[in-house]
Amino acid sequence: MIRLRQIAAASSRDLLILLGVVAVLALMPLGVSSFTLSVATAALIFALAGIGWNVLSGFAGQFSFGHAAYFGLGAYTVAVTFTKYSISPWLGLLLGGLVAAIFGLLTGWISFRFGLKGAYFALATFALAELLRLTFNNFDYVGSGVGIAIPLAGGDSWGTLQFENTPAIRYFVALGLVALGTLAVIVIKRSRAGSRMLAVREDEDAAASLGINPLRAKLGAIAISGFITAVAGGYYVMFLMFIDPDLAFGPFISVVILLRPIVGGVGTIWGPIVGAAVLSILGEVTRSLVRDPPSFLQVIEGVNGLDQVMFGLILVLVIIRAPDGVIGLFRRFRKRSSQ
Amino acid sequence: MSTILEVKGATKRFGGLTALLDISLGVAEGEILGIIGPNGAGKTTLFNLISGAIPPDDGEVVFDGERIDHLAPYVIAERGVVRTFQIVKPFGGLTVFENVLVAAFLRRSDPIEAAAHATSVLEYVGLGDFADRQSSGLTLAGRKRLELARTLATDPKVLLLDEVLAGLTPTEGAEMVTLVKAIRDGGVTVVVIEHVMAAIMALSDRIAVIHHGELLAVGLPSEIAKDPTVVEAYLGKEFQIAPD
Amino acid sequence: MRGRSRAAVWAGLAVLVAVAVPQTAWWDLNHTVFAQAVVSGLLIGGVYSLVAMGLSLVFGVLDIINFAHGALMTITIYVSYLLFQNYGVDPYVSLVITIPLMFVVGVGIQRFAINPVMDAPVHNQLLLTLGIAIIIENLALVLFTGTPRSIELAYARNEFDLGVVNLDFPLRVFGAVVSLPKLIAFLVALLLAGVLYLLMQRTQLGTAIRASAQEPEGAELVGIDVRRIYTITFGIGAACVGAAGSLVLPFLFVSPTAGSTFTIIAFVVVVLGGMGSIQGALIGGLVIGLTQELTQLFVPGSSKFLGVFIVFLAVLLFRPEGILGKARR
Repeated sequence: MIRLRQIAAASSRDLLILLGVVAVLALMPLGVSSFTLSVATAALIFALAGIGWNVLSGFAGQFSFGHAAYFGLGAYTVAVTFTKYSISPWLGLLLGGLVAAIFGLLTGWISFRFGLKGAYFALATFALAELLRLTFNNFDYVGSGVGIAIPLAGGDSWGTLQFENTPAIRYFVALGLVALGTLAVIVIKRSRAGSRMLAVREDEDAAASLGINPLRAKLGAIAISGFITAVAGGYYVMFLMFIDPDLAFGPFISVVILLRPIVGGVGTIWGPIVGAAVLSILGEVTRSLVRDPPSFLQVIEGVNGLDQVMFGLILVLVIIRAPDGVIGLFRRFRKRSSQ
Repeated sequence: MSTILEVKGATKRFGGLTALLDISLGVAEGEILGIIGPNGAGKTTLFNLISGAIPPDDGEVVFDGERIDHLAPYVIAERGVVRTFQIVKPFGGLTVFENVLVAAFLRRSDPIEAAAHATSVLEYVGLGDFADRQSSGLTLAGRKRLELARTLATDPKVLLLDEVLAGLTPTEGAEMVTLVKAIRDGGVTVVVIEHVMAAIMALSDRIAVIHHGELLAVGLPSEIAKDPTVVEAYLGKEFQIAPD
Repeated sequence: MRGRSRAAVWAGLAVLVAVAVPQTAWWDLNHTVFAQAVVSGLLIGGVYSLVAMGLSLVFGVLDIINFAHGALMTITIYVSYLLFQNYGVDPYVSLVITIPLMFVVGVGIQRFAINPVMDAPVHNQLLLTLGIAIIIENLALVLFTGTPRSIELAYARNEFDLGVVNLDFPLRVFGAVVSLPKLIAFLVALLLAGVLYLLMQRTQLGTAIRASAQEPEGAELVGIDVRRIYTITFGIGAACVGAAGSLVLPFLFVSPTAGSTFTIIAFVVVVLGGMGSIQGALIGGLVIGLTQELTQLFVPGSSKFLGVFIVFLAVLLFRPEGILGKARR
């Protein structure tokens, strides 16, 4: 009985944290420049993409190096359905998620049935994203290499998901999506499906010996993961008002997506959000340093690529010293101080 | 007592090596069947065959009246035939409780119900106090208990235990034996592979002896202990038991 | 015997194709372009082989999948470029500097960055090397900006009288154009591959490396310092790809991402040829080079990597251990 109360407490604790995080983040538009708000919105979008990635790679343990595939599919679905068929971007987000989920199920089924695991699976996801990029680059229907530009509707409109006058609304929608994504993950993690994903991650044979179908668990993970990341990609298009194959499917995007959960803590509920927060703060600090350096760092003014070097360094340091990310460090610290 | 699990004429070859040859063995519902034999005799291969890890080259495995050979391991487990592993396989990154919770979800889809069941199973095997510990931090005895708890949480009909006593101290082993007996008394049929002779002789209702992939003898422990072919297999031709 | 008769069947088919195809009308129309594709494919394939061999070696011995492999090449491309621009050092001469330099760099990377994650899960290793690649490429971006540069070898279009034969570059072979820098890259790549092979098969170091790859614990027991072997092997792998960097300088654009395409190609080659097999990397490199060029011939307008990635996925799905590889993961 104590156990049950503990579980109920844990779930409501997660929900309370979510409420708290949303409340704090909701205060952000007050008193920050619209530029910072833009940066924060982008950070939220990629946090959401990372939340999706975390389901497949963190919970189910199938590391994806090509999550840009889902991101880009979501982005292009919204772009195409909106510009060519005047379908509302809200619907486009859902459609994009479905397209990505189906893509994930198909490619996942082939990959897992052929026994792709670990490094081989990661390489395959990378190859798939590249293949999509190359294909879309030559695909006239989606604008080939030129991409698709979203025409400005002018003003604010919930229908077309454009908020030119009020960037705050754009921010809040992103926040709402992140909240929904996190809620979904909270529910999944304590559910049967989530428990099975974790088991498959730890030991497939042991999981099978307990009645779990590993293929089904992985496919479920990939579909959910693809859906969430695609929604992020779809919203990204409405944020950027433009998409092209490199922006949608490029390896750069895959790296950005996976970097957040890794820095925050793979396989945790809050990892992607924590990681996104840390990385966007660090990114902005670096970028403002480069834009306007203090006198003794004058040499780095206007230099391109410095923030990327920093991200690379962070990745290396995290992997060597803190592979469980910020949350892992926090837990270790808490354990040590309680001993 | 009816036969709940039956192996009929099972043969398994690995390249040129015949691991199992024409094994026919029946397990009665509610009994504890012990399987003994020298190392490499084919005992674990038999378990692998029954649990679906490998398909037989010849023969059948029948459970509850239906053929289960050539089915995927997870299907067989879902039907009620569950095994433990010789080298335990805990879900290292999960807590003890989470380990058992995974198994509890087999017959229950509601997280609360599954959690309740997992908790009661943990109490039953004596791991209640360790519920929130990392499973990778348990002693070997603890991990073996955890493996047992996991299988129990699936509400199995037949339990295949692969050397549960290996590596345990005599005290730990005795506790395990008590636990296995209690499990059987709870209605689960148990098949045990074991090397610790005293334990398996005391534990089992019947014993099957496998040697070089063939079924040497099946019978009551007292009969097996005196069977000359069995003694020869274990100790060599020079040793003969005096007739009584 | 079964393997040999299968190889004989493949060889027979190849001969049949080689004899029959030139009889067709398609050949009449396209053979120049086809010959060009084959020649170009083989030439660049040689470089791919060299790059892939370093990667395969590192994987075979350390079990590490090095995402930074191509970035290492970027280093030597820039080093050789600077040596050429500022000191007039011929790229091929610069090999004398870049090979040892990359060996040292490789040793450094292995000791300080890779060693700590040798026992970590494989995705951590991938992420670590990815991080290193990001650092290297963006450092290049910071130091040299993204503007692509190139060099022109003064003697690339010269005539060479070798007594027996007169070579007027660019050469024409079966109607295909062979440029001097690409030919040299091909030949030197094969030469270095041969050196690597001899090193692995005929020297004590090579034996120690192979032993450490197959049985690290056993190797320790017979007195081999396996940690040191790991470091040396990574250095050799880095030296291989570094050499490739100097070799491609004369015909490739110099940019921060110049090496990264080679990372991807090297992976495809290694998976195709078999992770850990040097001969496999050699054959695989040539095959991928051909695939790259022939795809552009048969699917005009597509990216040259389209065929490569399709091959990659096909191999991953149907024969992940590659043509000659040992089945590891």
